[in-house]
Amino acid sequence: MPTTRKLYGTRLMLLSWAAVAVLGAGFALAAFYAPIEADQGFSQKIFYVHVPLAIVTLCGFVFGGVSAIQYLRSGDPRHDLRSYTAIHQSLIFCVGALITGSLWAKASWGQWWVWDEPTLVSFLIVFLLYATYQPLRFSIEDPERQSRYAAVFAVVAGAFVPINFIAVRLADPLIHPRVLNQAGGDLPGEMRIAFYTSLVGMALLFVTLYRFEMASKHARAQLKSIKRRLGEHATSTGGRSAAPRITPS
Amino acid sequence: MPHHGSPHGDVMRLQTRSPEVAQRNTPSTFGAARAVLQKDLRLERRAPQTLVAMTLFSATTYVIFHFALDRDSVDGQLASGVLWVTMLLAALLGIGRLFVSDRDEGGLEGFLLAPVDRTALLFAKGAALLAFLLALQLVAVPLFALLLLGPTPDAGTWLQLLLVLVLADLGIAVVGTLVAAIAVQTRARDLITSILALPLLVPVMIGASNATAPLLAQAGAEPLPGRWLALLALYSLIFGLLAYAVFDFLVED
Amino acid sequence: MTDKLPENGGYVAAAYLVFLALLLIYVAIMATRAGRLERELGDVLDIVQRDGAGEPGAGRQATGGSGPAEQRAPRGSEQ
Repeated sequence: MPTTRKLYGTRLMLLSWAAVAVLGAGFALAAFYAPIEADQGFSQKIFYVHVPLAIVTLCGFVFGGVSAIQYLRSGDPRHDLRSYTAIHQSLIFCVGALITGSLWAKASWGQWWVWDEPTLVSFLIVFLLYATYQPLRFSIEDPERQSRYAAVFAVVAGAFVPINFIAVRLADPLIHPRVLNQAGGDLPGEMRIAFYTSLVGMALLFVTLYRFEMASKHARAQLKSIKRRLGEHATSTGGRSAAPRITPS
Repeated sequence: MPHHGSPHGDVMRLQTRSPEVAQRNTPSTFGAARAVLQKDLRLERRAPQTLVAMTLFSATTYVIFHFALDRDSVDGQLASGVLWVTMLLAALLGIGRLFVSDRDEGGLEGFLLAPVDRTALLFAKGAALLAFLLALQLVAVPLFALLLLGPTPDAGTWLQLLLVLVLADLGIAVVGTLVAAIAVQTRARDLITSILALPLLVPVMIGASNATAPLLAQAGAEPLPGRWLALLALYSLIFGLLAYAVFDFLVED
Repeated sequence: MTDKLPENGGYVAAAYLVFLALLLIYVAIMATRAGRLERELGDVLDIVQRDGAGEPGAGRQATGGSGPAEQRAPRGSEQ
């Protein structure tokens, strides 16, 4: 069984450097290489940070749901920990997506929030849903039940996301410039390079932070284990936590 | 508060009650679901707390809307919105109560001991919630028409309204049962119920209110756009299947 | 292509800065946790040295099994 040293040492360092490099390159390309878009002007440049944040958020939630399914099927608490960390982190990325989306709305249409952009509205709803994940975990004391119920939530929420997008888009009668649609098809070459570089960089960043989080949790758990073996009770028993309990390898 | 008697006794009696059941070793899922459903409906009939509360809540909410909007009558999208917001919030009351008596009075453990498919509980509770919602709307929607609705719907419009209500209630019932099953095991039941159910029910609100709006138009009912019904049906289908898949995990002990 | 930089430049900059701020906040939280970890590690080291200095049976449990132990929850303010 690999120890924390091996799991998180060199690989994490390389991953961090890769994330910094790729994301930096992506933003640099966005700033200097990609042309200014004709319709929206300079404010379109927000697109290179907002859309990668949004896409990575959704992928993170999906991964949280998939890990939850794995947990429900196997009962292995490591999956629960992965699910928890992924969702927790995606929630933060979601906040980033919402804030940058709001800034983009202000820059494009002069208002801090617009209901006409269905993707943004969908993200708000998704945020409100996943924000209940932690309060839910926190309010269930029994650890095994907490993990199980959280996993069910993660699966239901994951299934909810696409339905929500469909429903909100149906509700919007007007067609506004769809930023995410632009990402798919009709981007000119330079923009496409800048966008995809930023996207990959953002994904690397997510994975890096995710592994940092896991490393931190593992280290704490191992420390507690040592303390217990030495006969000292852990000094910090104050309060329950929403985080799943893990046992070190 | 009146004690409702031992609910799990009913499920235990299931095994010896009817002759065809006595022949088999285990009751069918449908039989078990029906037993639990009948138990819930009977409890509510004896001491109608939940339905009365939901209805009173709806009525008072209409009054509040009158003052909040400063309107004597509403029509079209506004009327649709008022109606569905009220229905949604009233549904939260029902959802919050759905598993409470089972958990607090031991019915849940009794059910878990019985050799029946756990999803029978899902069907039973879902059907109970659906029944409660429909019963509520039987009173609350005419009341809305009386108090706040401007245009008077004709018979055809009432039928279409009924269709929208049933489809939307189906979605609320499925998701509501899931949320109720999760929330009843937490320490802050009512809080978790609200914050969990509301985002999940947004698509239902979108579908229901947009479907109802043309029916309540001031100038006379317009035809019902099919896509909202399709949305509601899709929602109920997907979450129904999902609930069926995950419900077992919620009622393990 | 007219240079529209002055017009909406502020919002674009703000968006990237918000992203950076979130990242730095995350890093700061991780740093705090690492500091706490370091402190607790120091405590453990003290305990080991104390025990090694010859206080017999000071706090040593008989059940020091090699299997993973049940963990307590981390400090309440943890995410």
